[in-house]
Amino acid sequence: MSEYSDHDARGVSVGLVEKRFFTFAQPPETLCLESGGRLGPVTVAYETCGTLSPAADNAVLICHALSGDSHVAGTYRADDPKPGWWDLMVGPGKGIDTGRYFVICANVIGSCMGSTGPGSPDPATGRPFGLNFPLVTIGDMVKAQKVLVEHLGIQRLLAVVGGSVGGMQVLEWSVRYPAMVRAAIPLATTCRHSALAIAFNEVSRQAIMADPDWRGGAYYEGPRPDHGLAVARMIGHITYLSDEALRQKFGRRLQDKEAFSFNFDADFQVESYLRYQGKKFVERFDANAFLYITKAADYFDLAQSHGDGSLVAAFAKARARFLVVAFTSDWLYPTYQSRELVTALKKNRRDVSFCEIEADWGHDAFLLPNPRLTDLLKGFLHRVHSDPA
Amino acid sequence: MSTATPPKPLRFDLQIIASWIPAGSTVLDLGCGDGELLEYLREHKRVAGTGIELREERVARAIQRGLPVLQGDIGAELADYPDGAFDTVILSQTLQQVYQPAELIRELLRVGRRGIVSFPNFSHWSVRAQLLVTGYAPKNAQLPYEWYNTPNIRVITLRDFRKFMRELGVPVLREVAIVSHARDRRGRVIHRLTDLRATYGIFMIGR
Repeated sequence: MSEYSDHDARGVSVGLVEKRFFTFAQPPETLCLESGGRLGPVTVAYETCGTLSPAADNAVLICHALSGDSHVAGTYRADDPKPGWWDLMVGPGKGIDTGRYFVICANVIGSCMGSTGPGSPDPATGRPFGLNFPLVTIGDMVKAQKVLVEHLGIQRLLAVVGGSVGGMQVLEWSVRYPAMVRAAIPLATTCRHSALAIAFNEVSRQAIMADPDWRGGAYYEGPRPDHGLAVARMIGHITYLSDEALRQKFGRRLQDKEAFSFNFDADFQVESYLRYQGKKFVERFDANAFLYITKAADYFDLAQSHGDGSLVAAFAKARARFLVVAFTSDWLYPTYQSRELVTALKKNRRDVSFCEIEADWGHDAFLLPNPRLTDLLKGFLHRVHSDPA
Repeated sequence: MSTATPPKPLRFDLQIIASWIPAGSTVLDLGCGDGELLEYLREHKRVAGTGIELREERVARAIQRGLPVLQGDIGAELADYPDGAFDTVILSQTLQQVYQPAELIRELLRVGRRGIVSFPNFSHWSVRAQLLVTGYAPKNAQLPYEWYNTPNIRVITLRDFRKFMRELGVPVLREVAIVSHARDRRGRVIHRLTDLRATYGIFMIGR
């Protein structure tokens, strides 16, 4: 996903938030991973906003996408230039109303934004894991979130919400811990990557691994593979937009010049934009974390891991109400992939709603201001909340 | 985001349909619009209803009401459901827009144990008179379009529908003829000269 975190136009905000850390699987315990590997201790960075009700029945877990973090809304300091990544959706009176709900957002394990990942120190050596970090899956990420949710005193989540790779976590939650999820809201997502999505991820990973500074992932004490990571991010940005979005945003306009330079500088605005996005990204993200999370997304296959290859069988375990949302111009996870989810849920007679929102902005549409999406989430959550548990 | 009883009374034809739905039963509403009928059934009859609607804004309004509604084509969406998934499947004022009515009726009665179908009556006296007197394709409050822009690609009369059901071997369990206007919340049931006077027919069909 891209970064769009702008302040709410009306200035409505949850206000100051704090990043917290929860560590579990302390020795001798470990977290068993799907790969057969073990990890421990495990730290999860998380943030909360709103107030948990005395009955602990108003908790909404938000799952972030590939490059996201726990900072979903609000600011860390009063003078922060940027709020959390979904500040437009999460706050008092917003689509996910922090006046009603207790919102939790946790950084996935394998990431680099506070939770245990390949850049964390390996307890065996005291130095960063690098590629000694075990491969984690979407299922493993959700397992860690579940430990956190229970630690916060919540037995049952009102809803689990997320877009893109966050949507995969939502789907995983719904079948892995069906009794803990009252409502599931997967946005702009899929139950498994298409060859196209895997192909883009692979090219991104190759860009990182081909950078001489990557050095088999053991770069933490020297220069980082910034160039490779920047290229990986540039590829990502192309897939998050759409033909229409790129045309509207850039067309063939030149950047700060009247004519071609006849060299390999960034002539076109789109080139300059991608370079800027790449450069910005390497300042905050770890290349190895990018490798691990894209691999987790590629491995994700709900039907395979929960239904012996059948999506219908996988969803037989689900108990939640679902709201599935797709966007017309999303070519990374096109609408037909959301429809597959809907079909499998219908065959299980699950309570499911589906809306395909007309939007030009491609996969990223779920992060952009969209009154329709806001109203959908607001109405749907309100209904789930007012119905008896 | 209204969860309370709708302020306006239900549209008259929907009132009749609602009166035929047993309390506590399950319903699939094909072409549910913004969910007016489903919300009424939920609030007044504890009916667990699902809707299918093609247009995004109506789907969104229905979901905001807290109704389970799927955006899609009714034919394609029906195919996913297991046999007998619902007690009743409703096709309200949509049959006249369907390309393959026979297939749809069969699917409707596969997915639902009963069906309720309503449509504007094309043998209404005003329609007959217009064609006879003016020679133009008829237009009225129920069928307000020109021949070249109408979504109503089929003309159906009450008699046609009864004949159609006989040909499909589908029993008609109940039948009501009403006089009401498209947007009107008031209306009445009529019993005499229905072929000529009814603006809409509402039929309950079974397996």
